[in-house]
Formats: sequence, C-alpha cells, structure tokens
Amino acid sequence: MIKIEMQDVCLGYGRKVVLKDLTFQVSPGEMVGLIGPNGCGKSTIIRALSHTISSYSGKILLDGQDVTKIPRRQLAQLLGVVPQMPLLPSAFTAFEIVLMGRNPHLGLFQYEGPKELAIACQAMEKTGTQSLAGRRVSELSGGEIQGLLIARVLAQETKAILLDEPTANLDIGRQIEILDLIKNLCRENNLTVLAALHDLNLASQYCDRLVLISNGRIQAEGTPREVITARNIADVYGAESCVYTHPVNGLPCVLLNTGNNKMARPEGVIKEL
Amino acid sequence: MNIAPPIHFLHWRSRIYGILGLFILLIVVALLAVAVGSVNIPFSTTSSILICKLPLVKMTPTWTSALETIILEIRLPRVIMAGLVGAALATAGATYQGLFRNPLADPYLIGVAQGAALGAVIGFLLPSSWHSVGFGIIPLLAFCGALASTAIVYSLARVGKTLPVTILILAGVALGALLGSIVSYLIISSGERIHSIMFWLMGSFSLSQWSEVTVILPYMFLGMFIILLYARPLNLMQLDEEQAQQLGINVERLKLVLLSAATLITAAAVSFVGIIGFVGIIIPHAVRLIWGADHRFLLPLSILTGAVFLILADLIARTALAPTEIPVGVITALCGAPFFLYLLRRKRKVIF
Repeated sequence: MIKIEMQDVCLGYGRKVVLKDLTFQVSPGEMVGLIGPNGCGKSTIIRALSHTISSYSGKILLDGQDVTKIPRRQLAQLLGVVPQMPLLPSAFTAFEIVLMGRNPHLGLFQYEGPKELAIACQAMEKTGTQSLAGRRVSELSGGEIQGLLIARVLAQETKAILLDEPTANLDIGRQIEILDLIKNLCRENNLTVLAALHDLNLASQYCDRLVLISNGRIQAEGTPREVITARNIADVYGAESCVYTHPVNGLPCVLLNTGNNKMARPEGVIKEL
Repeated sequence: MNIAPPIHFLHWRSRIYGILGLFILLIVVALLAVAVGSVNIPFSTTSSILICKLPLVKMTPTWTSALETIILEIRLPRVIMAGLVGAALATAGATYQGLFRNPLADPYLIGVAQGAALGAVIGFLLPSSWHSVGFGIIPLLAFCGALASTAIVYSLARVGKTLPVTILILAGVALGALLGSIVSYLIISSGERIHSIMFWLMGSFSLSQWSEVTVILPYMFLGMFIILLYARPLNLMQLDEEQAQQLGINVERLKLVLLSAATLITAAAVSFVGIIGFVGIIIPHAVRLIWGADHRFLLPLSILTGAVFLILADLIARTALAPTEIPVGVITALCGAPFFLYLLRRKRKVIF
C-alpha cells in the first residue's frame, strides 16, 4: 500500500517549464483521474512519477520516499506504468511482451520459471487477451495492444499503477471492461491508481477524485461533482457544454454543444443543471 | 476457456533444439577443418589424435609425430581462433543491434575497426626491431587503438548523465571516417609493407598460434559471459528506453556495461586476426530469421552460428586456392551474402 505525493513540483523539458506548483496526492485504494486539454502535461506528470524525467524543484514521494532515490528495479516493483502509444518490438509475441512485466521481480541470474509464466497467463486472462498470446505484436490492432499493456502492468504486480490514456484506442465496450477491471483491482487490492483520461464522462464515472490541469498548473481538484462543471469545461477547453446528472448513479456527465447549437442560442449561455 | 500451455508461445523447444544441433555441428565442422588442408588426414586419425589428448584417455599412437604436430600445433589453434573470433563478432553484433535498436549496427559501427586498423598500421610502420615486444607490437597497438577510439566516441556522445544512442552512432561514424582517412594515407605512404598491411586489414588466421589463443580467451569468456547475463534486459531495451526504465532497467548502466563488454571482445578478436567483416552484422540477422528475436536465445545461437561460419570460411580461405591463401574477409562476404539473401527471400517476416 503506497501513497503517491507531489509537493510544489515544477516540471519541464530542457529549459522549458511545462508545469508549476503541483501539489496533490493519491492514497491507497483510491483512483484519481488527471484531466485537461491536449498538451497540458498529463503524460509529463506520469513520467516524473515514474522517474523517467527529473523535477526542477519540489518533492515527489512514494510512500514518503523520494522517488529519485529509489533504485530502478525497486521502483518498478512498487509502481507500474501503462504508457500511451508506446513502441513495441514487432518481432516479439504478445506473451513475451506480457512476460516482460515480470522483469523487476527477477535478478540477473534468474529466469522466468513456472511461477512467472503462470502470473503472465493470469494477467492475460483477466484482460481478455489470452487468445493473442502466440501472435506477433506487428499483427495486433491498437486496441489489442492496449489490452496487452494492461496485462503487462498486472503481471508486474505493483502497488501503484499509473495509466496514460488507457482507453484511447478502445471501443466503448472494451473501455468499460478495462476501467471496471482497474477499478476493481484498486478496491480489492487497495491499489493506488492515477489515470490520465481524455474522456470526461469516463473520468467522472470511475474516478474518486479528479485533478484538472491547464496552463501549467492545477485548475481544480476534488470529486467529479466539484471538478466537472460547465464553467470549468468552458475555461479550460474553450468548449460549451451542458453538464447533466447521470440518471442511475448521480455523477456528472457532459454533453457538448456543437457549433450548430451555439448558433441557435444566445451567445455565451452556459447552462448548468 | 481453453488455452495452450504458455510455454508454447515462447518457442523454447525449437530454440533449444537449435542450440543442441548447432553445438554438434560446431564439433563436426571443427573436426573437418582440422582434418582438411595441404595434407589431408583421415577423419578417424584426426579424431584419435584429438581424443588421445583428453585427460584419462590412453591410446597407443598409430600415427607419425609429424601428423600430430600438424594437427595439434598448426591446425587446431587456427580452428579454435577462428571459432572464437566468429563467436565474438556475432555476439558483439547482436549486442550492438539490440542496444541501438538498429538492424544496420555491426561490431565496427562505433569506431572499433578503424581504431584497431590505425593502431595496427602504426605497428607495421614502426622499425622491425620493435616487433618482438610481448606478443608482437601489432596486436597490442591494434587492441589499444580499438579501445581508445571507442572511449573517445563514448565521451563525445555523452550528454550529462545520459548517452543518446543516435549521437553515439553518429559520433562513431564520424570518428571512424576520420581515422579511416588517416589509415588510408598511412597505407599509401607505407612503401613495400603495403601488401602485409592490406592482408592484415582484410583479416587472416594464417598466423594464429596457441599463445594467441590463450591471450584472447579470458577476454572472450568474460565479455560473452557478461553479455549473456544481460540477455533479458537487452530484450526489454527493444521497447523504448522509457518503458525499459519503467520496467526496472537502469538504462544508462546497461548501455555502459554492454558497450564495454561488446567492445572488449571485438577489440580482442580484431587485434590478432585483423578486420573480418560481414560476420558481425549478418550472423545475428540469420539467427533472428530462423529462431526469432529473443536475446536469451539469439545470443547463444549467434555464438555457435558465428563460430561455425567463421571456421568454415577459414577452411575455404586456406584450401580453395591452395597453396595461396585468400583473406578470410573476402570469403565471409562471398559465401555468406548469397546464403543470407536466400534466407531473406524465403523467410519474409518481421525480424526486428
């Protein structure tokens, strides 16, 4: 069970500062969503948390430990990442890719034994990708690869999972399947989950809390009901919308006003229910 | 839900059979290479002479001591040297290709060959009284040249704490070109030594002796052992570096360790036998075409295939136009390229 914390963190590439004054935390058993427009720095936060880039200032803590001080292998036992549109070597089979998730648990002189194979197999069953096992990566679709990456992070058996747009390439049925799976794991195994999400409705339905990022800082933070408001959406995305309440679970859901609708209404009206 | 046992998806069976088959082939080819030459010695006699030398074996010799000398003192060290060098170049090639994620990488990509060539050519041009230092001044200078040029490329390409692979390759190619032009100039101005220099540059096993084998053996074993240990991390490097880090690989340390090991075995190989091309780039690709890209099998299979290939190439080099010897580098490309092209056409699939 680990807590992810950022305290006054400033992030960027080279001399360009992308994000400033980031302070938030994710507790065990909690699923937090990172939302915000394209290029706002969602992936950058995930890179910093997994220490593939370093922060300029501030502290990034995993369970109170400075993330930059944790050796790579140990870090990978605590924290798994599902990257967005990653490069996968096309000559490897799907099963070999999932098995790579076991790497942090193996020393230099060890190799994948029956236990590792079984864990990788289970991870593929859970994500419904077992039928792909013998196929080469080059033959798989975007959605199938996405499922494979989730299987890989499950095989990694970490205490925290960071997901970068995990549903971007999935159809709606698979989106719900994958997010249900992650949510259940989060609840049952007390995992700490941080997911960058594009789809505001999915973010609202699945996340306990949301962090809205724009213009290099956190614009809003709180429950979906507090964060997903027509005003916030207009401010951050520049899009007009109607925010309704979901008839079954009472969570906010967003309907966008398209260009045609805008013309039919008086200018600047933002309707909020 | 009925799924096949997972082990099936790793294709371990065919790969393990491949290793066993190649091992047997290596022994057969080595015996053949020891038996065939200017004096053809029957296979059975060759085997007996070799078995006789094994510990705990007692046999009464039915052969002349001249035959024994030919086999044990002339041909055997040469065959072992060819096997070692083939194994080293193929392993180093597979390592560089994996580390750089670049199918065009070969052991000479980052300046090892040109550094060694410069060292060797300087050695040839030194007064002949210097040539008896240690194992000879030429291997020593070639070895130092190879290590020095890689070290220069490495330090040029370093940005802060990281080593961007693209910059490393570009720096290697540029420094290689610079050293290559110096070598060309020195060759032209080398006068009557030009023939021996050219022969060295194209690679040959004609001078291999036991003393040389024992000198390079420790380097070879150490380097290959390290590389084999890092086979799984090398698989993970086939993802991008970010994913490799997120899966627990210390990418920068891995690059340093593997570059050092691969450079060490390449430099050791090159310094005694000259620059033998083609083995390092083609053998790993041929292995990948047949057995797939998993480095845990790619590396040992490359070691065996490289050894078999270079022993055969050397056999052809010294027998085809006997008593004249053809530089072995000519044979590797002449015989290897058509076979590789055949593989490439027949097994058209994604290999990298």
